[in-house]
Amino acid sequence: MASRGGGRGRGRGQLTFNMEAVGIGKGDTLPPPTLQPSPLFPPLEFRPVPLPSGEEGEYVLALKQELRGAMRQLPYFIRPAVPKRDWRRLPRELKIRVRKLQKERITILLPKRPPKTTEEKEETIQKLETLEKKEEEVTSEEDEEKEEEEEKEEEEEEEYDEEEHEEETDYIMSYFDNGEDFGGDSDDNMDEAIY
Amino acid sequence: MTQAEIKLCSLLLQEHFGEIVEKIGVHLIRTGSQPLRVIAHDTGTSLDQVKKALCVLIQHNLVSYQVHKRGVVEYEAQCSRVLRMLRYPRYIYTTKTLYSDTGELIVEELLLNGKLTMSAVVKKVADRLTETMEDGKTMDYAEVSNTFVRLADTHFVQRCPSVPTTENSDPGPPPPAPTLVINEKDMYLVPKLSLIGKGKRRRSSDEDAAGEPKAKRPKHTTDNKEPIPDDGIYWQANLDRFHQHFRDQAIVSAVANRMDQTSSEIVRTMLRMSEITTSSSAPFTQPLSSNEIFRSLPVGYNISKQVLDQYLTLLADDPLEFVGKSGDSGGGMYVINLHKALASLATATLESVVQERFGSRCARIFRLVLQKKHLEQKQVEDFAMIPAKEAKDMLYKMLSENFMSLQSIANLIERRQFETKENKRLLEKSQRVEAIIASMQATGAEEAQLQEIEEMITAPERQQLETLKRNVNKLDASEIQVDETIFLLESYIECTMKRQ
Repeated sequence: MASRGGGRGRGRGQLTFNMEAVGIGKGDTLPPPTLQPSPLFPPLEFRPVPLPSGEEGEYVLALKQELRGAMRQLPYFIRPAVPKRDWRRLPRELKIRVRKLQKERITILLPKRPPKTTEEKEETIQKLETLEKKEEEVTSEEDEEKEEEEEKEEEEEEEYDEEEHEEETDYIMSYFDNGEDFGGDSDDNMDEAIY
Repeated sequence: MTQAEIKLCSLLLQEHFGEIVEKIGVHLIRTGSQPLRVIAHDTGTSLDQVKKALCVLIQHNLVSYQVHKRGVVEYEAQCSRVLRMLRYPRYIYTTKTLYSDTGELIVEELLLNGKLTMSAVVKKVADRLTETMEDGKTMDYAEVSNTFVRLADTHFVQRCPSVPTTENSDPGPPPPAPTLVINEKDMYLVPKLSLIGKGKRRRSSDEDAAGEPKAKRPKHTTDNKEPIPDDGIYWQANLDRFHQHFRDQAIVSAVANRMDQTSSEIVRTMLRMSEITTSSSAPFTQPLSSNEIFRSLPVGYNISKQVLDQYLTLLADDPLEFVGKSGDSGGGMYVINLHKALASLATATLESVVQERFGSRCARIFRLVLQKKHLEQKQVEDFAMIPAKEAKDMLYKMLSENFMSLQSIANLIERRQFETKENKRLLEKSQRVEAIIASMQATGAEEAQLQEIEEMITAPERQQLETLKRNVNKLDASEIQVDETIFLLESYIECTMKRQ
């Protein structure tokens, strides 16, 4: 600390490395000092080469977009879980009951576990909800349950206010989605390009 | 691992498997090998989520595991394998050109699911192909099987290491993780299955359900109660073989551009003859005699033996040195200089980057500098060996260009995601409108009603959607294009590193 003021007068302009090694000779004119950050998009001197078009290019492009959509539908795509809620503080009617069929679907990869806790039920519901939005084919049993559940989901949506408070942000949680979710909304026609 | 690679891996994992898998995957890429609990602790993720994520990553050959002392299992990520996800469309399209739609779908299913048994693949592909056929027609399992066998014979698909069959004399507790093994000679051995059946159409009505297998549950493919004949024998796409094919394609087209069609056909023949006998990182192919080459030329290619010999001599004398003469027996022994060829291709890539970005004058200077160095070293240069100094220089140039390419792909993906997010509201609206129109059409609505619904999207909104679509397509196409550059540069880098 004591040397800070003292260092200013002495040895000013001395660098810790040999300037010549870097390629700046003595007495060379250095480039003008940079007074502002470099422009975000520096001007392009030459136009870029056109992208490949034609049958192959189009096909590979469509394939790429299709694959992206397809992968989101496969069970390998793991969606983030619903945040844990303190059920002691909420009306009991908001808790959604578990159905057997959901267990089957979710526990594909995990070994057998004890009966689900409330958090996992929510996780399951959340997964179901998002799966439903993609309009997966379901058996007729599940169809009825789906309708009941959808109503419940809408009630639940009010609860999402809690998420805002939990996260202490000014934005609703859906703001942070990366925008790919709707890609799977295309109903039957998986051949459409996914954006 | 460079930051650019990690960033790109993160984007790819997130797009294809979601945020949880991305978190775990990126963590492993950064930290190296770790056991389960440490991963959970360090990432602040619940044990269950980590387990799910690891299962997915292992299934897709992105993470491997090893049992360490005291029975602790450690997991390790393969960063370069994650980057290969960029190339999936190219692998699939290549298979289409070689083995048509059936082959294409086989490789697509293998890539989408990581690994599958042959019976599972055949069933899925038959179902998918049947969907696209006219009413009443179905795809036979036998036909799909045949294509599968051909893919295995040409090494485009290979068997995964499997659980060793132990004699049941082992009384101790089972190990915490199996050590999977594979015998070299079994890698392309197709099990003797008699898969009989035809593809099933997926009926969209809700009444039909119970036994109909869904394509989305790969682990539960056996909805019929019969035992799976090839249980435990899993297959995966052999990416190295595809890379070899891409490399060969690049070399053949370079020869065609530089010389003529006939020369390129000769080179293609030589490469084809060496497909299975030459490893992917070999500096040159096994020597082939002119007689052998003559016999292997494609049927209908009518050039005489003398003409072939003339072409071979021309090729060997060409300064690019793609082809080299290694002996005189058998009418002349010739090899393809794979390493030289890759070096030329990589150099040409660099030159064209310089040209496009900085103009022809800079490109000329760049070429001169490269040439001059080449001339200086020529005296000490042995056949097919590149001196250390030049190799290091070239290597550095390729690595930094490779780095920039990876960075630019990451930028492309981020930009695409940003564009999509910006327009999320509009996209959702347009999807809803489409859905409404579709359902109204199904129930027989009138033209006027449909018109009304369509007008819910205003003209400027339509414009915005058009622009968005165009931009996203451009960004996607650019990703594909840059990956081709990465492929060439990495092939050269890999080949060179293996020789040092």
